[in-house]
Amino acid sequence: MSQPFIHLSEVRKTFKSKKEEFLAVSEVTFDVEVGELISIVGPSGCGKTTVLKILAGIHSYEGGTVRVGNDEQTFNPSKDIGMVFQQPLLLKWRKILDNVMLPAEILGLPRKEALDRARYLLDMVGLHGFEDKYPNELSGGMQQRTSIARALVHDPKLILMDEPFGALDALTREKMNLELLRIWEESKKTILFVTHGIQEAVFLGSRVIVLTSGPARMADNLLIDLPYPRTLDMKTHEAFGKFTRHIYKHMGMN
Amino acid sequence: MNDMSKRLGQYGLIVLVHLGVVLIWHIAIKVSEIPDYVMPTPGATLMSLGEDYGWWHNTVITGMEVYGGYGLAIVVGVAMALIFNWFRPVETMLMPLMVSLNMIPKVALGPLFIVWFSYGVGSNILISFSICLLPILLTMERGLKEVDPDLIDLVRTLNASRWQIFIKIQLPGALPYLFSGMKVATVLSVAGAIVGEFIASEEGLGYLMMQVQVTMDTAAMFMGVLLITLIGVILYFFVLLLEYFVVGKTNAVN
Ligand SMILES: Nc1ncnc2c1ncn2[C@@H]1O[C@H](COP(=O)(O)OP(=O)(O)OP(=O)(O)O)[C@@H](O)[C@H]1O
Ligand SMILES: [Mg+2]
Repeated sequence: MSQPFIHLSEVRKTFKSKKEEFLAVSEVTFDVEVGELISIVGPSGCGKTTVLKILAGIHSYEGGTVRVGNDEQTFNPSKDIGMVFQQPLLLKWRKILDNVMLPAEILGLPRKEALDRARYLLDMVGLHGFEDKYPNELSGGMQQRTSIARALVHDPKLILMDEPFGALDALTREKMNLELLRIWEESKKTILFVTHGIQEAVFLGSRVIVLTSGPARMADNLLIDLPYPRTLDMKTHEAFGKFTRHIYKHMGMN
Repeated sequence: MNDMSKRLGQYGLIVLVHLGVVLIWHIAIKVSEIPDYVMPTPGATLMSLGEDYGWWHNTVITGMEVYGGYGLAIVVGVAMALIFNWFRPVETMLMPLMVSLNMIPKVALGPLFIVWFSYGVGSNILISFSICLLPILLTMERGLKEVDPDLIDLVRTLNASRWQIFIKIQLPGALPYLFSGMKVATVLSVAGAIVGEFIASEEGLGYLMMQVQVTMDTAAMFMGVLLITLIGVILYFFVLLLEYFVVGKTNAVN
């Protein structure tokens, strides 16, 4: 039996300050297969960002196992992670194209190919013609698309998204969800998607990891067996409601 | 094209307003019959350039002091900010001291500098330098810190070196702050140099003004003030120009 692409087992994380220790993640266990799109939900402050940052190698952890990569797809932590945060975090003095180029520059990838890829990605996220604009000339949704293109430019195997659409209005957010599904299907990346939105989590994910309020433990690892490509009217389906109700219950809301 | 004519219109307006003030100045004196030794007309002020006061030499001396002190403050201020940023213990130790030093009215140090370094161009450069240093140091130090920690995390996942982070993110982000400090410092550097010349010196526009004050040559005093202002305006203009080329329109602080 082959190993999963990502394997987290009983991961535990404490933040230590001078005076006290703070347990942020108590026991998180889940696996992710290559090419899956997994949503992670949980109450605010429960440790979702912390879990993502442990996976990204930004945070250390005290207990448990974290392993990324398997025989089928090797993993180089410094080249194979693309990150998208709630804020686009674009460099305002760089044009959109140059912003997308940032990871390629840091990794020292061949410039010409990287430029071609950056242009291709900007096309893919619907920003053709905006290459030479500056971030402040773009709307919030367009800036976030830029940051998605940036996360993809070095062709990473794992995309970590931390509430990427949390700052957008409801309509833009729904559009971005559809875009993300399309990008995912086109690029065949493994994506971990942290969100507050239970609807969003169910709509996007092939599975939804539900975390308890902090320190995070596993509340559920729910298979969402709705077929892809997903469409907006699936949100009105009986099954969709069943999934969301189930997750709401975990969060203590009925 | 339209942009260009708008720009020209703006410059035209600036010139017009200044000329207007000169005109009002002239008319006001003619009408009110204020005597020349109290307030000269613009014409009389200009005529004073014909007197054998060594205008050119004194202007060059003051210019050297202003630009010398200012330039030195930028070099030292930026260097100190970088050291503070790279060696945090140094910052923790020295920053509170810098904030205290910032509170000293630097012109009050003038007499001391003259005791220590004797009078002349050198000590006036030092006075000008000491008065400009802290605004430049403090704004640059602040600017280097103004980086979103998430952005740092993002490039850390790409194994960005400290140098890459500095050159691609920190430094360009800090420049607008530096320029705001540099703009404040232009006025200060002129004031510093002139105070030095007032206290003790044998050349420079401040010295000249003290000389012509004895003979009640008000027109020459006015001319002195105008030339001093001109030195400051040229400096300010140069800083604005530099800001435009280095930072551009998109990367302003506000
Ligand atoms: N660097 C840190 N140092 C100390 N404590 C931290 C640090 N980062 C996070 N925490 C704490 O760990 C807990 C989990 O934080 P985390 O950011 O992972 O939550 P989250 O689930 O992402 O919340 P939200 O949904 O509001 O973004 C919080 O209580 C937070 O205060
Ligand atoms: Mg978070």
